[in-house]
Amino acid sequence: MKPRRPGFALSAGITLLGASLMILLPLAALAFKAGHAKVGTFAALLGDPRVRTACLFSLGAALIAALFNLLWGSLLAWVLVRYPFPGRRLADALVDLPFALPTAVAGLTLASLYGPTGWIGRLLPFSAVYNQAGVVLALSFVSLPFVVRSLQPVLEELPRDMEEAAACLGASRWATLRRVVLPQLLPALLSGFALSFARAVGEYGSVVFISGNLPFRTEIAPLLIVVKLEQYDYDGAVALAVIMLTVSLLVLLGVHLLHRRFGGASRHA
Amino acid sequence: MKPFLTVFLFLASVGAPLQAQSLKLLNVSYDPTRELYQALNPVFAAQWKAKTGQTVSISQSHGGSGKQARSVIDGLPADVVTLALAHDIDALASQRQLLPATWQQRLPRNSSPYVSTVVFLVRAGNPRGIRDWNDLLKPGVQVITPNPKTSGGARWNYLAAWGQALTQKGGSEAKARAYVTELFKRVPVLDSGARGATTTFVERGLGDVLLAWENEALLVSEGTGKGKFQIVLPSSSILAEPSVAWVDRVVQRKGTAAVAKAYLEFLYTPEAQAIIARNGFRPSDPKALKDAGSKFPKLRLFTVADPFGGWGHAHETHFKDGGTFDQITARK
Repeated sequence: MKPRRPGFALSAGITLLGASLMILLPLAALAFKAGHAKVGTFAALLGDPRVRTACLFSLGAALIAALFNLLWGSLLAWVLVRYPFPGRRLADALVDLPFALPTAVAGLTLASLYGPTGWIGRLLPFSAVYNQAGVVLALSFVSLPFVVRSLQPVLEELPRDMEEAAACLGASRWATLRRVVLPQLLPALLSGFALSFARAVGEYGSVVFISGNLPFRTEIAPLLIVVKLEQYDYDGAVALAVIMLTVSLLVLLGVHLLHRRFGGASRHA
Repeated sequence: MKPFLTVFLFLASVGAPLQAQSLKLLNVSYDPTRELYQALNPVFAAQWKAKTGQTVSISQSHGGSGKQARSVIDGLPADVVTLALAHDIDALASQRQLLPATWQQRLPRNSSPYVSTVVFLVRAGNPRGIRDWNDLLKPGVQVITPNPKTSGGARWNYLAAWGQALTQKGGSEAKARAYVTELFKRVPVLDSGARGATTTFVERGLGDVLLAWENEALLVSEGTGKGKFQIVLPSSSILAEPSVAWVDRVVQRKGTAAVAKAYLEFLYTPEAQAIIARNGFRPSDPKALKDAGSKFPKLRLFTVADPFGGWGHAHETHFKDGGTFDQITARK
């Protein structure tokens, strides 16, 4: 006889319904629309140097932004968890702001701050907006909270006695960090990185205000999707969306596999 | 009498949704017409009330012209559309048959109650000495114009630049292409929309010249940026004809055909034409344009029909994937 699991049927039903309506159905509709697109549409897109450049740039910029966030976000999480300082709660709350801010506002704000006449921009010897650097800047901004928020709870739970034990056994600070702390943080770092990357790859609103949208230089894949829509080319837009989704899915899958491998190892450590 | 009236009003309010005692119109428009229709709507509502006794309330929706057209295609119940280019209204006809393909012949002057043109906005004192199109190619001059692939306004700018080189004495397709190629080498930022480009030029201080619709340029030079910017009128430019149409399928379903048609016809009346002029658009009625006086100086104007053969053709040649814009911005 099966063990009774109270409330399982109801909760599973609600969860499935929610997931279907909000995630599976839209994706299915996309796949259905993409089914209408001819193979030629995909081939033409992949053969178009402008599309290829934009897709590679989108992926590359998202990757750099996610890596940047990995470093800067970990540092931020560490500071927020380990060092009590006045205003820590405020700083902690500020981390979520990029989520709350409409991305168009984020893009405009960054562009005006770092633009040639902005407070920061006029002090810089180079231009930080309307080029590739601007895109990475915007992507880092909108995806930063993911790394911090994935890492924070793990850091809080991290037993300090392990670090103390390592120090007692004569390990240097660097060795402690590398061999004791980092392995335990790795799963959280990976998932923060993956979320950050996924968010950045699809970002549109903030980027169009800061990138300059120059073909072959700062054009991102989501902009090309909008361009297709602007021409009522629904097939092309859907096909491009499917291509980007597939690539992102592969990247996320890769991260997940890494996660399984290292995550499993650290749990048994 | 009094009780009778009360009962009547009660019945009328219950029956309102069926009787359409108070009418609702949705005007789906593009970005820079917000203030214009805010000024026009109350005047029309008052006229309609006086004529028929019905109260009409008009809602406005604004956004990029292409995006607005797609919303209507996807089911936004617009009684009337007042968009930046006829091409977007054509899409309503071709994609969903929401109105007949011949919609442009239903109202006077190609269904354009107001027109505009593409002018230059430069910084006060005109430090770069910009007077005409050829000055835009002076060494070191930077030009701000939005991306023609995503912005309807930008397509007018592009065709203005192309057309002036094509239609001047000794002009040719080759010369026009060479001019536009050179021009876009001087564009440091391709904003996705016209308002974005204005922001880049006005707020960020980028570029020496902004290509803009006259009404946008007037808004900046007489409003927010008074004293900091001035308008330069080139010797020739394009006649921008934003188009208006009622959406047959929607007004039939909502029973608003009569009022929607009257609303658009109202735009051609002297009263509306005067409001149009006050809001920086050129009245399409020659008499109203003359009354507006020196606000709208004369210049040589060409249209999308001539020399571009209409929007369908212009779109195929210039803006479609692989069109001239893609060719001139392709990596060398």
